[in-house]
Amino acid sequence: MENAKRGKVVSYNKWGYIFLIPFVVVYAVFQLIPLVSTFYNSLFENYRSGLMQVGPNFIGLKNYVTLFTNGDLLIYFKNTMIMWVLGFVPQITVSLLLGAWFSDPSLRLKFQRFFKTVIYMPNLIMASAFSMLFFTLFSDSGPINSILISGGLLTVPFKFMSNIWSVRGLVAFMNFVMWFGNTTILLMAGMMGIDPSLYEAAQVDGATASQIFFRITLPLLRPILLYVVITSLIGGLQMFDVPQILTNGTGNPVRSSMTLIMYLNKHLYSKNFGLGGALSVLLFIVTGILSLIVFRINTRTER
Amino acid sequence: MNTTVKKKSKGLPIGARRAIAYAVLILVSFLCIVWFYILFINATRSKGELTRGFTPIPSTHLIENLRDGVFHGTLPFVRGMLNSLFIASCSAVLCTYFSTMTAYAIHVYNFKFKKFISAFILAVMMIPTQVTALGFLQLVGKMKLENNFIPLIIPSIAAPVTYFYMKQYMESTLPLSLIEAARIDGSGEFRTFNTITIPLMRPAIAVQAIFTFVSSWNNYFTPALILHKDKMKTLPILIAQLRSADFLKFNMGHVYAAIAFSIFPVIVVYLILSKFIVGGTTLGGVKG
Repeated sequence: MENAKRGKVVSYNKWGYIFLIPFVVVYAVFQLIPLVSTFYNSLFENYRSGLMQVGPNFIGLKNYVTLFTNGDLLIYFKNTMIMWVLGFVPQITVSLLLGAWFSDPSLRLKFQRFFKTVIYMPNLIMASAFSMLFFTLFSDSGPINSILISGGLLTVPFKFMSNIWSVRGLVAFMNFVMWFGNTTILLMAGMMGIDPSLYEAAQVDGATASQIFFRITLPLLRPILLYVVITSLIGGLQMFDVPQILTNGTGNPVRSSMTLIMYLNKHLYSKNFGLGGALSVLLFIVTGILSLIVFRINTRTER
Repeated sequence: MNTTVKKKSKGLPIGARRAIAYAVLILVSFLCIVWFYILFINATRSKGELTRGFTPIPSTHLIENLRDGVFHGTLPFVRGMLNSLFIASCSAVLCTYFSTMTAYAIHVYNFKFKKFISAFILAVMMIPTQVTALGFLQLVGKMKLENNFIPLIIPSIAAPVTYFYMKQYMESTLPLSLIEAARIDGSGEFRTFNTITIPLMRPAIAVQAIFTFVSSWNNYFTPALILHKDKMKTLPILIAQLRSADFLKFNMGHVYAAIAFSIFPVIVVYLILSKFIVGGTTLGGVKG
């Protein structure tokens, strides 16, 4: 500190490095080293069968070959994507709609604070507890079945947990409820940033609300929409807590709601480090590519 | 569905559009609240009442359910909450302080690798921690840090997303002339950071502390791989255990009470702080 006080302007800049030390050290130790060792692990045969430890033996890219040929990866990828799309389509639709309404000055919606507070709330709820809640609510003797029966909609309880599409649907629905508020706020901020004179000009020319939405708002919102889609896709690939708790880690019925990270989690628990490593590297590559797209968007909007 | 309604209604009078907007808003708000309402009702009902089907009126057994299901139940929920609270608070403090420091380094100083480092942090910002979990687990094992809170707290020092937010905020609120002035007055760099920058960044720190706290509080994946001792477990791990337990043996009133115990404190805190949170999501995020 004494040096800095007496030195020239240039000497201050060494403080840039000093202030970066905590980040760089922690990132290197807890992210980079694990990344390298994950990659390293993916090249070895290393698992436990019963009490027997097999490996580690160097086997090159064989783990990747196994991963692609035994078929599970593709199924779990498909499951993950199906549940993501099922949740994301209503999410982006509702968010665009609500965002447009909230930011439309001619509508003058009241209670905006209240509505925003309510729709954002599920985003902060513990996903595992939310999922557990849904499991109890939708169980065979749970309140939802009881309401449906007493309302005359069903005569026998519907087994939500033993039907492929009801489990997937519930996972997608929970993701939708948890994320559409967040997306609405993001899109709304983008819509507020659009030059109001464009809207005024359109109104003077006699455009209707839907014409303004499709011809002005949507095209101008494209960078943010792309950002929302990609970040949500990255989040979708990470889908874990909700299906894990809802199906107790099994992904049942017939593993139809098993996601990629649930698969990874299974390998990590059974100490199957070879295949787990290969799976991690694949996920790293996919999310890495998607991240680069987000990076492009972020650096573009910064300018 | 809603867009088609809108499409058809070209040139609809403002009153009708407003009515549709309110209807949809009420519907989605209902979808956000109703689950927690049912949770609350069922947490107040006894085992016998629960088997008789659902009623929308709360009963009188909340205290009982909390006592038998949470405070003296088979799973250590109170301990779990204290553990979660400790980990999440430490993470929030460390994460916001050091992310501000990282942002400060990039914002204020000029040095050789500045461009590289800021581009690097932005590029890795979105890569999820799960993909390095395997190596992370092995590292934690080698460091003998299993059943320890350290591997759940210390990594939050390097949080690219928080850094990004802090840097955005700093660009709009921290003029370099202020730091120059502090230097002229003889303040050391570290002191300038602590006594001038940190107070100026307080709104951003508050928002990010809340978000870091919540994401650490809700985290299930990593803690479940590291914490195995009952005394060390956090709330999400206990919820998972509740799920995998044999359900028929449980008094459902206790189960609801345990879920309510994990969810409602967050809702209460959220309602108090909602002004910060809802506005804060976009403060430093994507700029239009």
